[in-house]
Amino acid sequence: MPLLQAKSLSRSFGSTRALADFSFSIEPGEIVALMGANGAGKSTFVKIISGVLAADGGGLTFKGRTYAPATPAEANTAGVVTVHQSTDLVGIPGLSVGDALLLNRFVDRSQPFFVSRARVRREAQAMLRDAGFDLPVDRDFAALSAAERQLVAIARGLANRAELLILDEPTASLSATESRRLYQTLLDLKNRGIAILYISHRTADLEALADRVAVLRGGRLVETFARPVNFDQAIETMIGRPLASARPDARAAGGEPMLELSGARLLPGSDPFDLTVHRGEVLAITGVLGAGKSRLLCAIFGNGVLAGGIMRLGGEAYTPSSPRDAVDAGVFMAGEDRHRSSLMPAGWPGEEIAATISLPHLTRWNPAGLIRPRLEREKAKAAIRRLGIRASGPDASVWTLSGGNQQKVVLARWEAEPGRLLLLDEPFQGVDVGARHDIIAAIRSRDDRATLIATSDPEEAYEVADRVVTMDHHTILHSHRDGNASPVRSRETTQ
Amino acid sequence: MTAQDNTPAAGTPARTGDGIRDILRSGAVFILLAALMIGFSLAEPAFINLNNLMSILQAVSVVAILGVGVTVTLAVGGFDLSIGAVAASSVMAASYAMIVWGLGTAETVALVLALGAVIGLLNALLIVRLKVPDLLATLAMMFLLTGLQLIPTAGRSISPGLILPDGATATGKYDPAFLTIGRSSLFGIVPLPVILMAVVAIALYVLTERTRIGRLLFATGGNELATRLAGGPTDRLKTLAYVISGTLASLGGIVVAARVGRGDVSSGGSLLMDAVAASLIGYAVLGLRRPNVLGTLVGAVFVGVLLNGLTMLNAPYYTQDFVKGAVLVGALALTYGIARKA
Repeated sequence: MPLLQAKSLSRSFGSTRALADFSFSIEPGEIVALMGANGAGKSTFVKIISGVLAADGGGLTFKGRTYAPATPAEANTAGVVTVHQSTDLVGIPGLSVGDALLLNRFVDRSQPFFVSRARVRREAQAMLRDAGFDLPVDRDFAALSAAERQLVAIARGLANRAELLILDEPTASLSATESRRLYQTLLDLKNRGIAILYISHRTADLEALADRVAVLRGGRLVETFARPVNFDQAIETMIGRPLASARPDARAAGGEPMLELSGARLLPGSDPFDLTVHRGEVLAITGVLGAGKSRLLCAIFGNGVLAGGIMRLGGEAYTPSSPRDAVDAGVFMAGEDRHRSSLMPAGWPGEEIAATISLPHLTRWNPAGLIRPRLEREKAKAAIRRLGIRASGPDASVWTLSGGNQQKVVLARWEAEPGRLLLLDEPFQGVDVGARHDIIAAIRSRDDRATLIATSDPEEAYEVADRVVTMDHHTILHSHRDGNASPVRSRETTQ
Repeated sequence: MTAQDNTPAAGTPARTGDGIRDILRSGAVFILLAALMIGFSLAEPAFINLNNLMSILQAVSVVAILGVGVTVTLAVGGFDLSIGAVAASSVMAASYAMIVWGLGTAETVALVLALGAVIGLLNALLIVRLKVPDLLATLAMMFLLTGLQLIPTAGRSISPGLILPDGATATGKYDPAFLTIGRSSLFGIVPLPVILMAVVAIALYVLTERTRIGRLLFATGGNELATRLAGGPTDRLKTLAYVISGTLASLGGIVVAARVGRGDVSSGGSLLMDAVAASLIGYAVLGLRRPNVLGTLVGAVFVGVLLNGLTMLNAPYYTQDFVKGAVLVGALALTYGIARKA
């Protein structure tokens, strides 16, 4: 008997049908991956089974009984636990990991009114032992890595007798090692009979974990692939068109050197390294989370300093002391986590696509001081056309866009003026496959500047770059592929 | 009154209701203001007479000028709690400059405006350089100024013939030209403070809504990191905001001094709360749900109309704070609760 069964579920928002006649089932001890471009209906389905939304039509059964949770708490009690992409909300900075683990027990009054540290530690440790995780119970929650927060959320769900675990992009902010540790944990859980619904854009995850891959498109279940999954085919089904092959066109580093680092040290104690990025070249830096990729990009962007060594830009000494210096020198950067590093909050001035793009260029575009809305809108319209941004127009809020389209707007911001060096930190975070291809094509179409990309996903690195280098312990290890050596096709490496 | 105006539209699920609802949401404060004015004029015909309307505007001009300053600091994601104290200190400083030092109008005005700007700079120093949270920094500055303004005169109010702490008698007096700032009217109709208020409001409206500086001020308040990473000088922008707010507060103080004609130690008591209330009521104006100069102006006028009308209808003076509080609660509920659901 399936653990969870959905029969012709449907749900509409206004005139858009987010889910239409959607049927699906998952067995105990099974890992099923949900694949679908943004807007395919994945999150709507997850919200329905986790009690956030109600379905318009169709029905659910859980363990053979009708299941229609009205709130997330009801879903939790029934044994359906969702671990969200953003794990900041799992605990509270300033409280310990133990407190975070016991958070819902404080709420449901199963804890006595007076809590002692010893009791919190004891119960939290018991929870971790049951889950099979090793976490420092007394540490401040704020000191945990993203991966560890993920584990706290999962442990809490398991202690709640979860039978169905829903993971939404759990590895989006994890390094390769951390991801592998999570895979092992999830496979252990599977062996204990827990069903896992796994949502991810990363084929490496799905390959390591999924027993089945269910592909959604336009609110329907289009096809289910059993193991071994042909991911090329799955992705083509998902985006509804054939995939262009990955990089057969890696370019030799022919242009003059744009950025040169020599004897650079990121930390006073780390090993020095040299790095050169040429005009017309896309260079990717991969490495685990905390390897120093972001620190390097920030130093180049003037948002931090090198502990040693010198930087040259276009052959001249380059020592930016602020992002402003860097922008003036033609060095642009789209930071990691676009919501934090690039976008204005919803409902605030500057949330429009046009204003998002114009923010760094306000002085150049409005020399008289008064904003010229028409110019801004024209530039935004051009970007919308060029990058294929799906939006109602230049005045649309970026918050009405999907993740992939938001990222295109951020890229458009830095392409709106000619630059010399573009720095992109994790540019494919939460971006669906279709948009990713558009973004890669846009990045690679420019040969008037150098591009330096930091990504913790080696696959992405090979997919976008002419050359890939690895960073570890705050230093560059070696070059994987130089100039015009035979291109490695991204998806071949994993099959 | 809000509820009665809104219910029919809010209760209509039909699509045509959306347009009406939008208009109601963005225009709620204007509609209420019009309703109030019609109501008051029917109840008391003297209300609508031009002199009374001008006296309303004159009464709110200081609050509006200070409120615009608060609005600018709200735009950069800060908050200036020191404006009331800056205005009160400015009243004392202007009086001291003329009565004790015997300065003329121009010197006094320049000195007091500079004082406001310097206090703004000090606030910015605490907030931008020393990273003191804005509420705490400006609250501390408020305490400091409230005390500081008492020291030169040993706690006495300043009027001609003031006896100084060292026993000497001050010889200066208020410059008549200075008094015209608070007491004269253009063409005998529009009081000068009202013109000052209009100039400040228009200038700051243009600055915040139409210029790249304004865009950057709001950007700093919306997402400081993103603004810095886009090359925006966020520290300088925040400093600018506090300097503007300090300078406007001292301008407010000048208007008060020129109206009252003496340096009263208790002046400016309710200015801070009234100015903050005006800028928060402003969130509801046009349904913007964010600080905005036009809204602040309308918020200040709204409270002024209400108080004036109620006074004409013989409502006792001690109900004033209650009325202001009720308007603020209503406006915030409209901004955050009702408008969002609609």
